[in-house]
Amino acid sequence: MSALLRFEDWSDPVPAAEREVVSQLPDEDQGRPPLLFVPGLGHGAWAFAEHWIGHAASRGFPAHAVNPRPDGDLRAQAHDVVQVAASLPRQTVLIGHGTGSRVVARALGRYPARAAVLIAPVLDGWAALGAALRSNPAGTVPALFGGRLKFSGRQLFGPDLPPEEAAAHLERIGARPRAELFARDGLPEPVGGPPVLVVGSPDDRVVPRPALDRAAVRYGGAPLLFPGMGHYLMLETKWAEPIDAILDWLDKEIPQAG
Amino acid sequence: MQDSPDLGDRGGAVCVVGAGASGLTAIKNLRELGFAVDCYERETSVGGAWNWRHDRSPVYAGAHLISSRPLTEFPDFPMPDTWPDYPHHSQVLEYLERYAKHFGLGEHIWYGMEVKSIVPVGDGRWDVTIQSTGGGTSRVQRYAAVVIANGHNWAPVAPEIPGAFNGQVIHAGAYKEPSRLRGRRVLVIGGGNTGCDIAVEAAQHATRVWHSTRRGYWYFPKYLGNRPADQVYHRRMSTWLRDRRFRRSAADLTRWGVPAPDHAPLESHPIVNGLLPHYLGHGRIEAVPDVTRYDGASVELSDGRRIEPELVITATGYRPRFDFLAPELLDIDEDGRPDLHLHAFARKHPTLAVVGLVQPSAGLFPLAHWQSVAVARWLRLRDTDPEKAGLVQREESQRPLASWSRRKVVPTQRHWFEVDHVDYLKAVESLLTRMESAK
Repeated sequence: MSALLRFEDWSDPVPAAEREVVSQLPDEDQGRPPLLFVPGLGHGAWAFAEHWIGHAASRGFPAHAVNPRPDGDLRAQAHDVVQVAASLPRQTVLIGHGTGSRVVARALGRYPARAAVLIAPVLDGWAALGAALRSNPAGTVPALFGGRLKFSGRQLFGPDLPPEEAAAHLERIGARPRAELFARDGLPEPVGGPPVLVVGSPDDRVVPRPALDRAAVRYGGAPLLFPGMGHYLMLETKWAEPIDAILDWLDKEIPQAG
Repeated sequence: MQDSPDLGDRGGAVCVVGAGASGLTAIKNLRELGFAVDCYERETSVGGAWNWRHDRSPVYAGAHLISSRPLTEFPDFPMPDTWPDYPHHSQVLEYLERYAKHFGLGEHIWYGMEVKSIVPVGDGRWDVTIQSTGGGTSRVQRYAAVVIANGHNWAPVAPEIPGAFNGQVIHAGAYKEPSRLRGRRVLVIGGGNTGCDIAVEAAQHATRVWHSTRRGYWYFPKYLGNRPADQVYHRRMSTWLRDRRFRRSAADLTRWGVPAPDHAPLESHPIVNGLLPHYLGHGRIEAVPDVTRYDGASVELSDGRRIEPELVITATGYRPRFDFLAPELLDIDEDGRPDLHLHAFARKHPTLAVVGLVQPSAGLFPLAHWQSVAVARWLRLRDTDPEKAGLVQREESQRPLASWSRRKVVPTQRHWFEVDHVDYLKAVESLLTRMESAK
């Protein structure tokens, strides 16, 4: 299969499925591109709905988050992201978090996004596994044998987040990692050459710093770093800092006409 | 817009002729590589042939796609996966309108403007004369390159049948509604997809239906079991195996007097119509041979029989027309057939290309997309690395014709631009790789 010869898509198209989309639109359309947030393993569109979607809409960006089909493989999930992106009225900015970044990376090979943002991207499952084993061996080892990944608040969040909030989020986060995460398939070349930004924290205990650097180099840049924050940047106390930086970057990369 | 003829130099901009499916994808892919684009469209909206409001549109009320969604959609802008396997023509138009809106193509299109002439001015640049369709004065703009996407399904070819006919004769392009067929005796001439579609519609509405075909085709169903048939053929497999699959799933209509195909299944584009055998088998369609003569109220057939239809519909295809340029620019021969590299690149003019002038075995949009990607990358390469561009051009001139074209096999006009979906994409892919390695 190549970019042109898509035997799999021709002969075995991904079937339609229910896709949950959470949206918030700005009060008036200012011509900005829509944002599509893609959650990774363990959380859902709610994680973006908590703070970021409303904030992006208040800054004039139509903001959407999609839950790709939970039982779908990477191909099906990337299909879901492309379907939602193509249904929006304008060329869309794809924003993935964690393993959602991997779904976005796949979707970028299929859909010419206006821009893409990969937040704490898990593009290489092995690096993430190593980090998880180091920071939370007791919660990680069972997952190696098909069990559930157990996270600790210390592993996922920065020290600033109040423990009760962290506990409430942890209640909703749960993941069963799939072998697919550890496949070393090459990421496709993004079609249409969109600008790509990698965002993360040097103190993230899920995605180690070298993995952030590798992801950024893959897409031709340096990561934008928010020290002191954990893996879930959108749930931290200082959630506004990274999203503001991302929106500023978009305004710079995609100047508004007029 | 200026009223007086004025030479506007548009610098490095590219002119695209037509805002149908091929023109739209040309604008999008040129813009993606950073080209300024002016597209001229004679109608007042996008969609070209798929827009039934356009006077040159050949679509009829009941027209559905004959290739299924995954083989028809643009590769980077899928149709909604909730749409049917074979969308209706109005959905195709909606899809094209959404494509244009999604990628903001409208602001690069000048509607109601017709291209009158395209003249080379040396140094690879072009003077394009444009006039508003309502008449009025014309103006001339100079462009770095021209991409022609004016379609090839709008200038009807009518069969030359001697004698005079008292009944009504229309070309399939003028057929819109089945109400036209109701309660009448109808003769449909032409065995292509349109001819078969109209014969089936006639079988549902007319009192009596004759279907005249000159040559035999391979007739395929739309479904094999519950799967769109083209999805079954487009697995990865050898050409030999695909040929065998085709032969096995094709319907043999010779039992009803339809001529047997005189070519292999992959040598002409397939006829996809599961209902034709159905209505032949129900006696609602009578297969008849070639029409030799009109004689008053009756039509004479090559086997000597005479039939008396009230309405004759000639579904005998269309021919490409490029009235706005000198034929030698596209190496157009005396029959009107252009000779282009990969059916897209003018051989002697590196900044002139045609997009969408192919008859593929599956959908046209993916091929038009990749053609325009190749055209855009080629024009970019000429700017950035002329030396490498020259090298690519020399390599391309060695590409064997048979690797991407089938036109030697079925030499009739309607098969001039016949290509196999897979073989053609392979050829375009290797061209893209050649240009890529230039970096």
